[in-house]
Amino acid sequence: MAELHLPATLPPLFVELPRRLEVDAATVDEAIDRLDERWPGLRDRLCQPGPALRPHINVYVDKERGDLDTPLAAGSRVDVIAAISGG
Amino acid sequence: MPKTALLVGTRKGLFVLESDDRSDWRMRGPYCEGWPVYHAVQDPDSGAIYAAAASEWHGAAVWRSADLGETWELSSEGMNYGDEGPRLSKVSSLSAAHGRVLVGAEAVGIFESTDSGESWSLLTTLDGTPGSEGWNDPAQQPPGHLGISWTMPSPDDPSHFWAIVQGVGIYETTDGGASWTPRNRGLRRDWPAPPNEEIGFCVHSLGMSPVDTSRFFQQNHVGVHRSDDGGLSWTEITDGLPSEFGFASAVHPHDRDTFYVVPLDAGHGRTMPDGHAAVWRTRDAGSSWQKLDRGLPHEDAHLGVLRQGMAIDSEDVPGLYFGTSTGQVFASADEGDTWSEIASYLPAISSVEVAVIG
Repeated sequence: MAELHLPATLPPLFVELPRRLEVDAATVDEAIDRLDERWPGLRDRLCQPGPALRPHINVYVDKERGDLDTPLAAGSRVDVIAAISGG
Repeated sequence: MPKTALLVGTRKGLFVLESDDRSDWRMRGPYCEGWPVYHAVQDPDSGAIYAAAASEWHGAAVWRSADLGETWELSSEGMNYGDEGPRLSKVSSLSAAHGRVLVGAEAVGIFESTDSGESWSLLTTLDGTPGSEGWNDPAQQPPGHLGISWTMPSPDDPSHFWAIVQGVGIYETTDGGASWTPRNRGLRRDWPAPPNEEIGFCVHSLGMSPVDTSRFFQQNHVGVHRSDDGGLSWTEITDGLPSEFGFASAVHPHDRDTFYVVPLDAGHGRTMPDGHAAVWRTRDAGSSWQKLDRGLPHEDAHLGVLRQGMAIDSEDVPGLYFGTSTGQVFASADEGDTWSEIASYLPAISSVEVAVIG
């Protein structure tokens, strides 16, 4: 199981979506699929056609910059970060 | 009298202004989690509210509320051009009629929902129509991006509607979006014509008279124009206005000859001339124009109003409303004769539309 940490902008968009949760997935892409199964539409908020991560969404796996195909190990920590922007 | 509500789309979410008498107003919001809302409308049949929005982080989507803004959901299911297609950067122009919601997108496309905004499908990219060959070529685009900035349904026929492609012009379909015809004949431009002279016009806003559906008006980048034949041909009616440039416009709900615009300086500023706020009205289909500024600031008011920034209600004596790029909303309960400021400190306003409650 990987431990996901989601940006604060995401939970308000989906019913009972927590900031932190555990998912069983082999890659970042799969982890997002697992979330989308439970919260339909969530994948669209993080990814765009390609498929690719949205330009202002960054993913770190065990503190290393990752992408959709980055593998996850048991106990991996996945931080999904919304880029610092706006004003 | 039903309660009047204004749906105010801003850079930081949607706000709702409500009034029982169009004099005292209360505000609710922000809604849509503070996402930039480019346009919000009410479906006149169901009463549902739809808000076209695009988050820098989480992409474009349409928010929907079936209870006048108390609760919201969003969806972008089906709202994309596929893995090989152009990028969808925002959705920005809504219309709701005949049990269907249309939303115009950037890059050029119109998506439709027939299930009250739960899911969307690509209705058309206007592919193959005159001008479309250059829409997605960055080298042929003006600064910024091209998108569908306006959709206008026919009140009678679900398969009949019009769309504005930014910087290209108006197109009409009578077969539900399968084929399109440019409807820009008689319009003026002050830049070189493209090889196809039917296109290459910059139409900012478009309206149809509810009492005569062959009477159209538009505010263009260069001038205000009227059509008496459902958009087949256009006649310029700019004479008498302080500027040919502007974005917003409004069509009177009961009088086919009355139309409102907000003239702006055409330069980089694009604010009201001389810092004097005014809406201008014609009551004779554009033969003459009247400046409406009673109750509006007359000096140091460098206000901008965007294309969807003005709306009119359909009361017997219609109320007129506009929102500014600096966050003020002004209202008139007497067809524009007198005005009051009903919101002062909102984020930059993209759109104002009227909704009816009860």
